[in-house]
Amino acid sequence: MVESVPLSWRLQRQRYNLIGTRCATCDERFFPPRNFCPSCRRKGKIEPFQFSGRGSVESFTVIRVAPSGFESQTPYAVGIIKLDEGTSISGQIVGDVTRVEMGKRVRPVFRRIREDGKEGVIHYGVKWALEG
Amino acid sequence: MTSLGIVGYGAYVPRFRISVEEIARVWGEDAETIKNGLGVQEKSVPDKDEDTITIAVEAGKNALARAGISPRTVGALYVGSESHPYAVKPSGTVVGEALDLGTDLMVADFEFACKAGTAAMQCCYGLVKAGVIDYGLAIGADTSQGRPGDMLEYTASAGGAAFVIGKDPLAELETTCSYTTDTSDFWRREGADYPSHGARFTGKPAYFHHVTQATQLLLGKLGLKPADFTAAVFHMPNGKFPTAAAAGLGFTPAQLERSLVVRRIGNTYSGSSLLGLTNVLDAAKPGDRILLTSYGSGAGSDAFSFLVTDRIIERRDKAPATEAYIQDKQHIDYGTYVRLRRKLKV
Repeated sequence: MVESVPLSWRLQRQRYNLIGTRCATCDERFFPPRNFCPSCRRKGKIEPFQFSGRGSVESFTVIRVAPSGFESQTPYAVGIIKLDEGTSISGQIVGDVTRVEMGKRVRPVFRRIREDGKEGVIHYGVKWALEG
Repeated sequence: MTSLGIVGYGAYVPRFRISVEEIARVWGEDAETIKNGLGVQEKSVPDKDEDTITIAVEAGKNALARAGISPRTVGALYVGSESHPYAVKPSGTVVGEALDLGTDLMVADFEFACKAGTAAMQCCYGLVKAGVIDYGLAIGADTSQGRPGDMLEYTASAGGAAFVIGKDPLAELETTCSYTTDTSDFWRREGADYPSHGARFTGKPAYFHHVTQATQLLLGKLGLKPADFTAAVFHMPNGKFPTAAAAGLGFTPAQLERSLVVRRIGNTYSGSSLLGLTNVLDAAKPGDRILLTSYGSGAGSDAFSFLVTDRIIERRDKAPATEAYIQDKQHIDYGTYVRLRRKLKV
């Protein structure tokens, strides 16, 4: 199965640079980006916000039977990352899966997310690497 | 005249390493003989989701951090590599977007075996000097492959370095020149998985001739001699070639020592001489003069002279040192290496 090229292209800024949004009224941050603040509602003012990507592992699991497009990467860890600047984000944690632990600090790294076979597009984006 | 040169620099080397012992074990070779012959202990191996583009982005981030400039002020991005992930679609398009360089940007991919990164530096320097752009970002990165069982397999590795070229540099570029001929010492045809090479022909008429000629051309232009340089960096296909070339030109082992990252990470091709330069810059002092001579098969050499400025002090620690990447490592066995480098056809 391949990922639609236009779909991937639309998500590029999020995937490459962690561009989410924040509400200027209450300072809540959103990723993936929301265009409406659920707390402030009509009084909310949404603007783009770039996350640094630094944070810690809130939870994770190890994928050993991967979906199409990810088979060559098993075993790999997928985690929920609690970002320092607020909100949590799910993503792949690179490297040796035996080293991944809850609470460990992570930093963003730019990697291949998936590739559509030998002739298709290569999709890139941010993953996370353990610090230290 | 305003001083131009390297405003920021950045290195990146993948974490995995495979030792000469491990490769020699599989092929029934004597590891000590190979280590002594090549002057290489181990080489870097990219993870399964790393390629030239991801390496270029990581090195580029570090270069921009040291430069301390807005990414949007970069007017040109040139990525040099012999292992661009796409045959058609420039690596630079992805790298530029990932580094948030904006759309008012000249981009092209370069290919000139192991010297594509220094060729990118020369182009950025020309554009900045002409006043067309304020800053240019030149990157040399590779995930090179050696045919299983070939001597190249002991050295062909992965890594890259990036340089922001512009005004107010941490290392002023005094001048640069190149020496180019049609010499087929190493090549890879379209669609071929592995490169071919001319074995011993890659030495005297290829590497040594071009490196020596380019360096002498540069010394002549500047009216300098080897003793005028604090450090020298030459392309490192192995640990022996740069040492012999430096000695032949009249440079001392002490001038070369710090640049010889090849012993611990192998030949990172387009990143090779550039990672030698980043390692030298990590320890450079204001007033140091550094020689850089790359080599690309086919064949050509680019030579540069840099004069380190006071800016090195304030910018050096804004990104990880080259040594930090070299020391952060995890050894793998040959089986894992075969899987990571996709050498098994299934």
